[in-house]
Parts: sequence; C-alpha cells; structure tokens
Amino acid sequence: MTQIELKDVRKSYGAVDVIHGINLSVDSGEFVVFVGPSGCGKSTLLRIIAGLEDITSGAVEIDASVVNGIPASERGLAMVFQSYALYPHMSVYKNMAFGLENSKMPKAEIDQRVREAAEMLQITDYLDRRPKALSGGQRQRVAIGRAIVRDPRAFLFDEPLSNLDAELRVAMRKELAALHAKIGGTMIYVTHDQTEAMTLADKIVVLQGGVVEQVGKPLDLYNNPQNAFVAGFIGSPRMNLLKTTAEADGDGIALTAGNMRVALPAVSGISPGDTVTCGIRPEHIAISDDTGLDDITAKVFLSEQLGGETYLYCEADSIDNLTIHQPGQLPVNNGEVLKLRFDRAQMHLFDADGKVITNGVSS
Amino acid sequence: MADATANRVTVGTLLTARRGNGKLHWTDIFTYLYLGFGILLMFGPVVWLVLSSFKTPAGLLEFPPTMLPLGQISVEVEGYDDPLPVFRATLEDGTQKDLAQIRRIGIVSQMVDPANPENTYKVPISDRTPVREFRIATENYVEPLQRFNFGRYLWNSVVVTVVATAITLLINSMAAYGLSIYEFRGRNAIMLFVIGTLMIPITVILVPVYLVVTSLDMVNSLWAVILPGAATPTGVFLLRQYMLTLPRDLIEAARMDKASEWQIYWRVVLPLAMPAIAVLAIFSIMWRWNDFLWPLIVLNRSEVYTLQLGLNAFQGELDVQWHFILAMTVVTLIPVVLIFAFLQRFITTGIANSGMK
Repeated sequence: MTQIELKDVRKSYGAVDVIHGINLSVDSGEFVVFVGPSGCGKSTLLRIIAGLEDITSGAVEIDASVVNGIPASERGLAMVFQSYALYPHMSVYKNMAFGLENSKMPKAEIDQRVREAAEMLQITDYLDRRPKALSGGQRQRVAIGRAIVRDPRAFLFDEPLSNLDAELRVAMRKELAALHAKIGGTMIYVTHDQTEAMTLADKIVVLQGGVVEQVGKPLDLYNNPQNAFVAGFIGSPRMNLLKTTAEADGDGIALTAGNMRVALPAVSGISPGDTVTCGIRPEHIAISDDTGLDDITAKVFLSEQLGGETYLYCEADSIDNLTIHQPGQLPVNNGEVLKLRFDRAQMHLFDADGKVITNGVSS
Repeated sequence: MADATANRVTVGTLLTARRGNGKLHWTDIFTYLYLGFGILLMFGPVVWLVLSSFKTPAGLLEFPPTMLPLGQISVEVEGYDDPLPVFRATLEDGTQKDLAQIRRIGIVSQMVDPANPENTYKVPISDRTPVREFRIATENYVEPLQRFNFGRYLWNSVVVTVVATAITLLINSMAAYGLSIYEFRGRNAIMLFVIGTLMIPITVILVPVYLVVTSLDMVNSLWAVILPGAATPTGVFLLRQYMLTLPRDLIEAARMDKASEWQIYWRVVLPLAMPAIAVLAIFSIMWRWNDFLWPLIVLNRSEVYTLQLGLNAFQGELDVQWHFILAMTVVTLIPVVLIFAFLQRFITTGIANSGMK
C-alpha cells in the first residue's frame, strides 16, 4: 500500500513550462485517473512519478520520502506503456520474468509468480509465444502481467487501452476494474478518454495546460464542475455551454442569447449586464409543448435515432449547436422546429473567466 | 495439396520465371540477358580463378589459354635434367609420333624420342601439336599448405579475424549504446569526435601507431594486428544509428523493470540490434581477412604471417609463382564466402519486428 504525494511539481523543457506547479496526493489503494486533452501534461506527470523524467522544482514523495533523485528502477513502481513495450525477442514468460530476474529473485519463486499472474490474466496458454504472435488484447494482458508479477508499490498506466479497438477497450476496461478490486494496489491511470476516467476512477484529476483544473470523485466532477473546462470535458456527449448575457427580469434575472431567454430567480454573483456561460447537459433539456414555459426555439439539423435513445442536434440564432439527448424514440425529423426547456436544477452557470457561479439553480 | 505443389518455388521455376502469366515478354528476354551479363561479369573471374588454380604451371602459361585445367604432358628423358614437354609430331615420312622437345630454334624444334633417347629429330613447329591431358594439379594446394606453412598462415588469419571481430563488436556496440541510449552531457560532442576520426586516413597515423605498438612490445605478435583497429568509427556510427531507431518505450520499460544499464545493453538492446551487429560482423570479417598494409608493417616473421602476407611471399621480384598464388587465393576466399552465405540471412530478416504497433 503506497501513498504518492506531489508538492508544487514544475517541469520545463528549456524555456517552455509544461507542468505549472502541481499539488496532488494519491491515497493508498486508490485508483486515480489523470484525464485531459492531448498535450495537457498528463503523460509527463505520470513519467515524473515513474522517475523517467526529472522535475525542475518541487518534490515527489512516495510513502512520505522524497524520491526526486531516485532513478526509476529503484522507485518500486511498475508501468504499463501505451505501446505495451514488450521485449520482442523474449517469450511472454521471459517478458514477465525479466523484472524479477533483475532483482535476483530465486527461479522457483519467479516461476510461481509468473504462472499465478498468467492464470489471473488467462494468458497461460501463450507463455511460450513471442509478443509478435499475440493479438492486441493479449499483448495488453502480458503488459499488465509484467507489472503485476513485480508486486509493485504502485501501478502506472499510460493510456493502456488506446491501441485497442472499441469493443476490446470496453472489455479490457471492465477487466482492469475487476483487477483493481482484486489486487487493490495504488494505481495511476492516464487517459484522454473521459469514459474510461468515469468508469475506472476512484478519483479523477482533470488537467489542462499543465495545471490541475479539478480533482474529485467522478460523479462530483460530473455534478459539480468547478469551471467551464471540466464541465465541457466530463460527460459524453459534451455539456452545452451557451454564452449569454444577464438581464434584469422582475425580481430575478434572465439569461439571453439571440432568441433564447432563460428566466431565473436571483442568483448571487450575477448582476444584470454580466456575461454568463450557461451549461446544460444534453439529457437535461426537455422538449416542451407548453408554450409559456419554453426557454428557446431551435431547429433540428440532425436527428440521430439509436433505437434506445435519441440525439438531436439543433441550431438557433447565435447558437451553433445545442445537443439534446432523450431516452426512447422521438418522432423528430431534420428541419423540425422545437420549443425547449432547460432543467433549472441541473443548470451550471459560469462567470466570464469560466469559474463556476452555481451548480443547479432553484426554480 | 495441388496448390501447395503449384506454389512451391524450385530452382527450375526460379530460373524460368517470367513476367505475367507464362508468356515470354520482351522484358523477360532483356532481364535474362542483363542478369546473365551480370553473372558473367561478377562470377566469371571467380570461376576462372578456381579452374586456373588447378592448372599446372605449364598449363597456366599456355597460349591460347584453356578454360579447363589441361596441362601439357612432360616426361623425364634420360640424359636431360628437366622434364621435357611432349608433342605429337608429324615426321617427314608422314608417320605420327609422340616426341619430347629438347629445345626450339626459330621455327624448327629439336625433339627426342622418349623411348629411345639416342634418336633425335628436327621438326618444323607447324608440324607438331602439344599433347595435353586433363589433370587437376592438387599439388598447387597441398604443397603450400605443407611445405610453405600455409596452414599456419590460415590459422593466424582465422585467429586475427575472429578475435578482432569479437572485440570490435563488443566495444563498438558498447560505445554505440553509450552514444545512443545512455544519456549524459556532451554526448553529441563525443559522437562528432568519433565521426571526425573517419576523416583521418590510415596512412597518416601509420607511423605513430607503429611507435605505440613498438613501445608496447607487440611487434610480431598477432595482438599488434588485432588491437589497433578494434574500435572503428564506422562501426560505432552504424550501430548507433540503428540503436536510435529502437523504441524508447522498450528502454524505459527495462528501466522500470529494475534493469541496470549493463542489463539493458546486454539483454534488451544487443539482441534487438542483431541485424546491425550482423552487418558490422560481415564488414569486420572482410576488413580483417583482407587487411594487408598494417600486418605487412607489424608482422615480420613468417610464423606470424597472415594469409595475405603469405600470398605476397609467392610474388618474388623476378619470379611469380602463379599456380600457388591462385590456389591460395581460392583458400583465402572460401571462409569469406561461407561466412557471407551464413550471415546474409540476418541482414534481411527481422529488421523491425519490435512487437510494437
């Protein structure tokens, strides 16, 4: 069981700063996912923890001891690479045994550990094969097996599923979750796929441009995003983020953009004239027949009928795209004009800087 | 089953392969002519060398030259010191007789009957033809190998080539690892320095290196040939460029797997760099086997001669023993050919099966 702590970690390549002072703690046995768009520094951060990259300043602590100067080989961590990085000239067995041989473990114990891990990952039949003769999913298992046999202090995964096809990715995702439940080690997982993050994580770290945007449990991030970036990044399909202007409306305020007008009770932090980003998830937009209560009139330009659910992509003046997600089958055709109403309790409001004003507005 | 036999490539199908489906296109004819010319050009001299190496000295000097090892028969005749060449002569009375030629004066040759050495004849040279026989002169091989200690030279050459190649591969690959995978300050500067030494021809450093070798008391030992050329900038460069193409992830995976730098080199990088190592091995073997100038300078005693120096010894100032030179050239060729035939598979196979997507 291992605790990892990052204290004001900075990293720059020459004059270019890639990590701007990150503070983070990973608790023992926790499954932490680093998520963010490409180039946000999540892989660099993982490599810093692994010891494959030096840091410019700050401290990395593993179990309360600073490991800044300790090379990767002595940190006791195991890493699964995006490319799997299996040694092509060794059999699966040798691949898994390599790390143990390097730590001078007795042959019998190596054998026992490799076979146990192979059993767990169902790769016993391939132990004598070379990686070349394995499919993508099998190689992935071997790469994970190579990490497991070492019984490391923590597991690091660098986008391990991104080379697999969609179906296999879902299957491996479930296996990884099951694996974590079974062996319970500290795991840090890097991905750009927010679905993986949501399904696997105990704790998600959203990164952008080398800074931590928000850290929290998956549903916390989903329900209470701290800024517009996290709101837009977490959730699929994306949350609709509409740029509006606040106007006085009786006792309360109204958010307007083109023909959209969302009347709200007074919200502390918003005064008339402010620019407010109104975030509303596709599933929280209802199609309203009741003329008095609609917030916006929009034209459907694409209707996707998936059978069990329906996606409608709409446009209105000054709004390019408004996505609506409804369960079941809706008899809506392209070009139809709909009156829509936003669920006030699920509405997220952000100020001009993207900081959250409120998550959920009372109606 | 039928398909399997149809698709099997035999020498026959390979030699009669054609473009398209069985019809003889003009490019087929052109290609075969071109390739045939290429074979003649490159393989012809080798064939000539091998055939000639079995000729007797007389057969070698014959004009017009023959392709096969045909040699004029010569006999010992009582009263003459040297063996005399045998001709079939047509005598004045029209009879034919096998006679040995004593000497030739202008267009008349003076001949003797080997059976009756008292009977001499004068025959115009137009009336006689040499009597030849097909004879493989194995003594061309046996004699130098036994009498001139060529076996020893062969052994010396093998020792020099094997030991020097092993040392070259080891230290060059270690240097290449350092310059491609191990990270340290000034790596590129050192690489430039190594590449820079390529520009210095051996003739320039011949004397200084000789002085070093002398003061280390290595003259007339095989180490004097092996050590000075063991580190080659070409080899370092070749291996480094190949190692740079190895996926970075593999090295980092090994680092995560607690491998020391030596283990990464020995157990991960070296096996993966095998194709490049094989190429360098072939180069090194050829350099060492054919090396002449440097051994000539540092090896002065015949018991440490390499093959190339041994060959040189047959070439006197006045007399060149072609039959021995040709035969021993064949001997020197054999190992290189065998090694190339064996190693060239490595160059073509497994260059990039790194097991990564």
